[in-house]
Amino acid sequence: MSIDKDTAAKVAKLARIKVEDSELDALAGEFNAILGFIEQLNELDVDDVEPMTSVTPMRLKRREDVVTDGNQQDKVLANAPDAREGFFAVPKVVE
Amino acid sequence: MSDLTRLTIAEARDALRKGETTSVELTEACLAAIEAAGVLGAVVHKTPEIALERARAADARLAAGEAPSMCGIPVGIKDLFCTEGVASQAGSKILEGFLPPYESTVSGQLKDAGAVMLGKLNMDEFAMGSSNETSVYGNAVNPWRAGNSEAALTPGGSSGGSAAAVAADLCLAATGTDTGGSIRQPAALTGIVGLKPTYGRCSRWGIIAFASSLDQAGPMTKTVRDAAIMGAVMMGHDPKDSTSADLPVPDFEAMLTGDIRGKVIGIPREYRMDGMPQEIETLWSEGAEMLRDAGAKLRDISLPHTKYALPAYYVIAPAEASSNLARYDGVRYGYRAPLSQGDGVTEMYEKTRAEGFGPEVRRRVMVGTYVLSAGFYDAYYNRARKVRALIKRDFEEVFDAGIDAILTPATPSAAFELGREISDPVEMYLNDVFTVTVNLAGLPGIAVPTGLDRQGLPLGLQLIGRPWEEGDLLNTAYALEQAAGFVAKPPKWW
Repeated sequence: MSIDKDTAAKVAKLARIKVEDSELDALAGEFNAILGFIEQLNELDVDDVEPMTSVTPMRLKRREDVVTDGNQQDKVLANAPDAREGFFAVPKVVE
Repeated sequence: MSDLTRLTIAEARDALRKGETTSVELTEACLAAIEAAGVLGAVVHKTPEIALERARAADARLAAGEAPSMCGIPVGIKDLFCTEGVASQAGSKILEGFLPPYESTVSGQLKDAGAVMLGKLNMDEFAMGSSNETSVYGNAVNPWRAGNSEAALTPGGSSGGSAAAVAADLCLAATGTDTGGSIRQPAALTGIVGLKPTYGRCSRWGIIAFASSLDQAGPMTKTVRDAAIMGAVMMGHDPKDSTSADLPVPDFEAMLTGDIRGKVIGIPREYRMDGMPQEIETLWSEGAEMLRDAGAKLRDISLPHTKYALPAYYVIAPAEASSNLARYDGVRYGYRAPLSQGDGVTEMYEKTRAEGFGPEVRRRVMVGTYVLSAGFYDAYYNRARKVRALIKRDFEEVFDAGIDAILTPATPSAAFELGREISDPVEMYLNDVFTVTVNLAGLPGIAVPTGLDRQGLPLGLQLIGRPWEEGDLLNTAYALEQAAGFVAKPPKWW
């Protein structure tokens, strides 16, 4: 299947990456090259194969459902591009 | 002692314990080598104060006679590892200014063992690349050159800075990470040893995530013995990584006997690719002969789904990356794009990610977004996960049939020139054709330098082992290393 300019624009939107209109054709071309490469997977019959969910057959460990960490507001905010009054600051979300 | 920077970990450890040198002397020698090697672009954040402070502490431990093997050993840390208070950018603009308030488990274990961090090492952006050309810091350069040419060659990627730094004797060893070949491919292109442990051996906690079901940290060293020493310190269970294996880490170094009599080495026919250079073919068959001469048995094997590994990888890795990299939103850390009047939160996300990510990362995040999007999830992502199960089954079947290790080439070519015009993104992906199967199956793999090509560039072979049996794999690699006797060093031009 081939990706057109509109699909490329939609994918960019979903990924929250701004792509200029003038760059969309080239982007669609790159997607098509990669997806063309991936198409090889259709040569295989995988109907009776379970998709891999765990790389090594291990049961994930469980622990008590208790708070083990916290009270680090300063550290959490230390790297923020814009932090004010103990919060992350972002542009207006709701009009 | 002269040439301190050329020492292996094992040699330096023994010299330190005998009092023939000090960690401060070793560290100062490495810091001087780094200062003189700016043109290699290997070290991107230097930490001389931290290094000397740790070296002094290591010397005190050594004097007290309680020093573990890595104590006082100067190492470089790939920029992907979060290091407390020290820039950790994953080679990306989007993490500009980020100073982690914590230390990754692996770099923390090295620190606790007394290893001395010299600085952070260059890498492809978010470990996405095979030539170190996608880094925000610029290229890392291979210390090796082809014949009399002065053309700058790639050290490979994504752990290109680690490979260049170890090969050029800027540090005694370095950490790397390997998602599709990012330890083994650069190790092979620079004539050093690179070990990717079994998935789950090294904690991923504090390592900036690319593709979580594939990422694994490992040592990049001058010798197999050093990989055994450093690898053992990097591995071990960590409750902070739910996929970390709760298994004991054996004394790998003690397992290096070089005795591989009776071991069965598989030679997979599917790795004989069309158009493979004769030199790689010859290197491979010579390597097999060396193992046979050391007493191993060779057996032709088949791993029938090999050709589907790269396409499966280029679904799974971008899918996981698109999810992992969703966190870079300009809110909590790193770069935020300048906004125009009236821009809202969506524009902030979109501009930040467009400006903060480089082209290869943007491309992979979008490919991942596409293969996970409604209507395509089954056709791409689920299908790739099924193919991944088949690739893993291929390996399980040959191991069940009595194969102890598998010998393959590490790379399809020697180091290539930086700056080659590559119009098709798939062409660069082919660098990982021999290594990516190992990540998909979660197996341990090691690259060992075994020869030089016609132009005097290093070439390596890869050994693949059974899960959790790094000790046995390292011993086979040690036998190969002994037989190959690779001792070449790049002539110093920098």
